[in-house]
Amino acid sequence: MMTINRRNLIKASAAALAMPMIGGRAMAADPLKVGFIYLGPIGDFGWTWAHEKGRKAMVDALGGAVEASYVENVAEDASAVPIIRDLAQQGNKLIFTSSFGYMDQTLQVAKDFPDVKFEHCTGFKRADNVATYNSRFYQGRSVLGTIAGLTTKTNTIGYLGSFKVPEVVMGINSFTLAAQAVNPNVKVKMVMIDSWFDPAKEAAAAETLANLGCDVITAHTDSAACLQVCEKKGIFGFGQGADMSRFAPKAHLTAIEDIWGPYYTSRAKAVLDGSWKSGDTWWGFKEGSVVISPYNASVSKEIAAAADKIQAGWKDGSYDVFTGPIADQSGAEKIAKGAKLDDGALAGMDWFVKGVEGA
Amino acid sequence: MTLDFFISAFITVIGISTPILLAATGELVVEKSGVLNLGVEGMMLIGAVTGFAVTFTTFNPWLGVFAAAAAGAAASLVFGLLVLTFGANQVATGLALAIFGIGLSTLIGNSFVGIIVPEFSSIFPDGLVRDPIMRIIFGHSPMVYFALFMVFAVSWFLKRTRAGLVLRAVGENDHSAHSIGYSVIGIRYAAIAFGGAMAGIAGSYFSMVITPMWAQQMTAGRGWIALALVVFAGWKPSRLLGGAYFFGILMTLEFYAKASKNAILPSQFWAAMPYLMAIIVLAVISARERTGSEAPACLGKPFMPTD
Amino acid sequence: MRIRFEKRPEPSKLMQIATPIAAVVLTMIVGAILFDLLGFDGQRTIKEFFFTPVLAAYKWQDVATKAAPLIIIALGLSLGNTAKVWNIGAEGQYIVGALAGAGIAYLTPNVTGHWVLILMLIAGVIGGALYAAIPAILRTRFKVNEVLSSLMLVYVSLQLLSYLITGPWKDPNGQNFPKTAPFTDAQLLPHLIPGTSIPPGLIFAIVLTVVFWVVMKKSLYGFNVRVSGAAPHAARYGGFNANQTIWSTLMISGGMAGLAGILEATSQLGQLNLGFPSGFGFTAIIVSFLGRLNPIGIFIAGFVLAITSVGGQVAQTTVHVPSASGGIFQALMLFLILAGDVLVRYRLRIQRTVKVAA
Repeated sequence: MMTINRRNLIKASAAALAMPMIGGRAMAADPLKVGFIYLGPIGDFGWTWAHEKGRKAMVDALGGAVEASYVENVAEDASAVPIIRDLAQQGNKLIFTSSFGYMDQTLQVAKDFPDVKFEHCTGFKRADNVATYNSRFYQGRSVLGTIAGLTTKTNTIGYLGSFKVPEVVMGINSFTLAAQAVNPNVKVKMVMIDSWFDPAKEAAAAETLANLGCDVITAHTDSAACLQVCEKKGIFGFGQGADMSRFAPKAHLTAIEDIWGPYYTSRAKAVLDGSWKSGDTWWGFKEGSVVISPYNASVSKEIAAAADKIQAGWKDGSYDVFTGPIADQSGAEKIAKGAKLDDGALAGMDWFVKGVEGA
Repeated sequence: MTLDFFISAFITVIGISTPILLAATGELVVEKSGVLNLGVEGMMLIGAVTGFAVTFTTFNPWLGVFAAAAAGAAASLVFGLLVLTFGANQVATGLALAIFGIGLSTLIGNSFVGIIVPEFSSIFPDGLVRDPIMRIIFGHSPMVYFALFMVFAVSWFLKRTRAGLVLRAVGENDHSAHSIGYSVIGIRYAAIAFGGAMAGIAGSYFSMVITPMWAQQMTAGRGWIALALVVFAGWKPSRLLGGAYFFGILMTLEFYAKASKNAILPSQFWAAMPYLMAIIVLAVISARERTGSEAPACLGKPFMPTD
Repeated sequence: MRIRFEKRPEPSKLMQIATPIAAVVLTMIVGAILFDLLGFDGQRTIKEFFFTPVLAAYKWQDVATKAAPLIIIALGLSLGNTAKVWNIGAEGQYIVGALAGAGIAYLTPNVTGHWVLILMLIAGVIGGALYAAIPAILRTRFKVNEVLSSLMLVYVSLQLLSYLITGPWKDPNGQNFPKTAPFTDAQLLPHLIPGTSIPPGLIFAIVLTVVFWVVMKKSLYGFNVRVSGAAPHAARYGGFNANQTIWSTLMISGGMAGLAGILEATSQLGQLNLGFPSGFGFTAIIVSFLGRLNPIGIFIAGFVLAITSVGGQVAQTTVHVPSASGGIFQALMLFLILAGDVLVRYRLRIQRTVKVAA
């Protein structure tokens, strides 16, 4: 297996970019330059790696019509502004900023570059040249919750969270509700570590959850540390953003995979043919941006069937995990019987459902 | 709160305290000889990335740890050269070492992100390791036992050997030691190298035991806690052990506070506790001694022979 | 043959200027070799780190943005360092200063006069100074080494920041993301030249450089500080109170760090979030040394370090070198200048051992 290191990656992507360029010289227009801002390293095999996969898929699909570059390990603070600005100044006409914490920075730079299109992932602020895009990860969480609820022997399952932002809150609630649906006695213990990527902290928090009795833990953070802890302790976990089974062959039951390629391709095409408009795009199982990776051999046929049923329900619209009656942690009813939550309420969700333990 | 919970929590605390204990033991020796090396964080990271890289290439974690120690020692000798031979300011040089280590480890480590390495297998038979009760003694990584051994070894060395006495003399009164004929510079070099090796091993604990993978800056500031621990222990190796586990409990409490429904105090309070405690203990120790703190008298002062 | 260091009768002025320059040049050479060994394009990396930020005009504002806080903090630190008082906790004072100013902002969301901004800046200075008073008390009353106490307090301040922006000061419209509410227009520092991001802090940096130069070279207080560092006994004999020196230098450096903190918060992102502490407090220590504790030198050194920092960002986008590796250059420069220091105070003498005829 080729060592995955910086040199080879640069060589490989340079080669990949050069090939369509050679063939594309016959095309009349200059290639569209597309830039990507990544939060973590592309080698995290999680969130950022999935975006990088999407970027590569876009390049594969559009060939010489696009020229894509990326910057990784961009912190979610003021230092992101000059980096985003650099991309714009280097001639990129479409820039994707792939984490919530880039929201204000993206808007700030966008003001100075009105003819560059920006797309901010998981955010909620838009402008004429700033669109937002998101993925319905919570749909995937309900599949994981179903599996967890049926697999747990201690009736305690864990959720390793990052920040109490809507994306994570939705995930926890979806996970909990789905688990409760198949196992009414299950409890969900939650720990927020205030970081998207910090393997030592993730491991410590996972250990804490395991010590508190959780025998299935899902993580909403970007490294495989939680899974490694699960493997060591002989309990179960899930991959986040990508199939992480190589890190934990026994513990990894399945994973939510983020598939960004089709979205990136379609948006680049829109810029090329002039139809790009700002807006909010939120794809899910139906559109293929959320995918469940293959089940571990230890997942029984019944559990796999239950999980598949949830997936199918999302795809054909017959299932929505946020269907009432749903109460919050204090017991007050938040969603009436039969009612559902619209996208607006989801995007601003800041309360946890009953059964979630933790601040 | 079952027995199982306590045993698991105990093992977690020991695990989280071990790297700090390792680094602090090394730094204690350095400071006892009169040198303040603030670059522990940098040396730990260099050890972490080296240990990881060597383990990955040779598939042998023991070689990895050895390499980590060597790398840490090498890094510390750069510090030693500047501080001992060139007489540079120890505070600034130590800080530069920390920043250098962070940058260099990030650069080298970038090629290794996403890779996993074989872990240490325990030195005890599997039955004891997995046994619900006996694992409290036998269920730890070999590095934990090594750390414990080193604390006692260093304590014995400082208190009961001639060499240890000389080292302490160099730290308390360098000019007198020099006039008796001991090489102050030479002894300090040795101490610095030892500190570097221990820091390197401590760093490798992060990349090889806690989470067998590499992420930049994965020591997350534990090097500075190790410095605090040396102070907290009043420069006495016997107190290092208790101090390390105390810090470990505080750090673990941070997560238990987050996971419980009724955390009276915010989790950040627990996260800040090790540092606050170090300051408080420092103040108490220093106030009690009439002559000042228990720190080695020559700590931080460059040695310039007057002949 | 023996190499000996022979003390010079007077510190060499030539070396004082030559060594920083040599340090930078040597860093470039060593850096190029190092990066080549690690598989990157060494020469291109050096170009991106050191030269692009200077040659590309659109990068100047980024350099100025980074240089201003570094200079401000380093000026404060230089006073203490001259008196051999080591404030390692400038990062913590930076954070607390910004928090103090943000606190004022939190209490005055509906005020429209710009006087609230002045209040925030003053709060920043006071906040940083008070936070530095803690190591001062610990040193003077309890004889606690200020290096360790100020360093520990940095981590305490990080937790304080985290607590405030995830709790009481969290932006109610921020979707629970840990950050404060954005500062209102009245609470933001206007940009020097509209359309660019040249920080108003640059004016502060320039003015303070002059102020500190005057204080250091011409005032009695500056004399006090210099003597306290060089000859503590003489200082005491001359009537300078050591404790007062410790207090004043720590609080001044704390105040400067706090000022830099609130300037950053009000001119860059306009709010506080978890990524706010960007290490300026630590880098400023390097600036202080690189500038030889001299205000003019610090002004230049601040720009040198800002260039490498911005260069790191440029290199990240072009050569794909992680920007954290900029720390390698900064540390190398500091190593070399600390080593070069010895040439200022000592002369290198190569003595041939005389062979006595048998």
